[in-house]
Amino acid sequence: MRRIGETFTSAGRPLFIAFIVACDPDFESSVAAARALVEGGADIIELGVPFSDPVADGPVIQRADVRALAAGATPDSVFEIVRRMRLFSTVPVVLLTYYNIVHHRGISRFYREAGEAGVDGILIADMPVEESGPVMKVAEKTGIDQIFMVCETTSPERLEQILKNARGFIYLVSHMGVTGVLPALPHGAMAFVRYIREKTHMPLAVGFGVATPAHAAELYNAGADAAIAGSAIVSIIEKHRDDMESMKKALKNYAISMRAATNGPGGA
Amino acid sequence: MPGKKGRFGKFGGQYVPEALMATLIELEESYQKISRDREFVRELSHYLKNYAGRSTPLTYCPNMSEDLGAKIYLKREDLLHGGAHKLNNTLGQALLARYMGKKRLIAETGAGQHGVATAIAGAMLNLPVEVYMGEEDIARQRLNVFRMELMGAKVIPVRTGSRTLKDAVNEALRDWVGNIGDTHYLIGSVVGPHPFPLIVRDFQTVIGREVRKQSMNAEGRLPDRLIACVGGGSNAIGLFHPFIRDNVTMTGAEAGGHGLITGEHGATLCGGTPGVLHGAFSYLLQDENGQIAETHSISAGLDYPGVGPEHSMLRDTGRVHYIAVNDDEALSAFRYLPRREGIIPAMESAHAIAAARRLKDEFTRDDIVVINLSGRGDKDVAGVAAMQGGFQ
Repeated sequence: MRRIGETFTSAGRPLFIAFIVACDPDFESSVAAARALVEGGADIIELGVPFSDPVADGPVIQRADVRALAAGATPDSVFEIVRRMRLFSTVPVVLLTYYNIVHHRGISRFYREAGEAGVDGILIADMPVEESGPVMKVAEKTGIDQIFMVCETTSPERLEQILKNARGFIYLVSHMGVTGVLPALPHGAMAFVRYIREKTHMPLAVGFGVATPAHAAELYNAGADAAIAGSAIVSIIEKHRDDMESMKKALKNYAISMRAATNGPGGA
Repeated sequence: MPGKKGRFGKFGGQYVPEALMATLIELEESYQKISRDREFVRELSHYLKNYAGRSTPLTYCPNMSEDLGAKIYLKREDLLHGGAHKLNNTLGQALLARYMGKKRLIAETGAGQHGVATAIAGAMLNLPVEVYMGEEDIARQRLNVFRMELMGAKVIPVRTGSRTLKDAVNEALRDWVGNIGDTHYLIGSVVGPHPFPLIVRDFQTVIGREVRKQSMNAEGRLPDRLIACVGGGSNAIGLFHPFIRDNVTMTGAEAGGHGLITGEHGATLCGGTPGVLHGAFSYLLQDENGQIAETHSISAGLDYPGVGPEHSMLRDTGRVHYIAVNDDEALSAFRYLPRREGIIPAMESAHAIAAARRLKDEFTRDDIVVINLSGRGDKDVAGVAAMQGGFQ
């Protein structure tokens, strides 16, 4: 079994997935950030590939992309971060990218280099299942899980097609909008999780707006197998970007609190 | 027609976040239905005629004809209400949005002409309008910002990225993702995911269809050459498309900025490579890692790193020839046309005028050359005056 599926199966509890943008605010800091999150208990690291025009992202992640690109981020440095992570951890790594980055490097080359670096899954934010034929072929060949998003407006016919093609886990978008922290998850999010839960045995990970242990606990109760925190983590990095020690401490503490929620009521 | 999944050859497609797929499918289905609906067609042509002022003239230009050694005609989209060809599309899409039950229009704008045209259509059809506009463009197109506000539209400054048209499109897409239930994104050019390149083209081909008739009336035959400026490419495709199967030479004038060699330009088809931006596979300006490049043009409306997918196909098949017109040539054409013909062109359209002047050695006396004067130049007058030290 592949590493993502194995992680879901063997945990015996829901997972905490932590998102950071590669090279935000610079190469060494993002290696340190990934390490702090893993030490705090993150089960999977989602690594954002910086892009100049991230249309699915809100202001927090947009600013992180700007910082990362200013620090010279390239696909090479993203792969290098994964190689560095592999020196201290075997947690699954999922790349979250926009398609032009993949297309420009060449699909085969991008997936091969990602696989060699130790990447386990790839989610392309602006690639619906209809356009995914060429990458699916390469993903299968390189043993990388192609991950897809679904949201509440995804029709039953398209959902079926996505479930047929998706590997690793299904990424549920909690609400209609761009990435960013929400004060409370919309009520519909839980009903949405329960609806998708009935359609598939694949692991379900919920992202967009998820920021607190309370959010995660709500999602786990509804049947989610993982909660994904992104903007909340990137905000911590932004706040502490000039002081790596305090950044590491804050990230680790955050991961500990999110991980505690995976153990159900009563915490760790 | 675009083929499977909205492709023009290999270009086009739907590269968007999952959250937009349902609304694109809804848009495509509604458009297929409405474009065959007699009542819709009648209503749109009513507004185009009695509100927008169609048909626009095809004006013979005696002085320019003498200068360039051919029969030069201008297609006068500058005389359309609002001052540019943009209203053809915004009236069509606003009616479509109303038919779909949408309660709010959003748009992006560069030079402000599409924002103005959306504000016009929204005011007339009682749909509130919010326009995303880069901060840089707001600074250089103050007049159009005020015009939009006069018509009740809200102009939202975009402070991300290069603060120009590309970033305004990003913000409009982000708004749309969060508001698909009640909002129609009225995209301003033949760009974006399918079905937008098709819808916008269909609404703009009225330009070329009129030129066919007008040329037959004036000269008894079709033109030999068509010339139009290309940013996203809507005025050009509107002129070109009805002539695609005819023996007509077509030239698209892109924004050469400071010159292709400097890298500071907006000439996507002349200097770009294929990739994916704003939902479509098309030529675009990008760096060696696939990051979208910052562009430059004297004209805000051509300052865009992408181009419509159909133009990418027409470039690769060689059906249309695309050239890059630099800032200084465009500026010179901006001054030339008013002096010789009494018409002030938009800086975008000045690129097409400049292209005709550059191509004159290829013309023969009897050639009928139609240049699309896509907009009028009032919006650019203050900017050009400032370059020479302000109004004297």
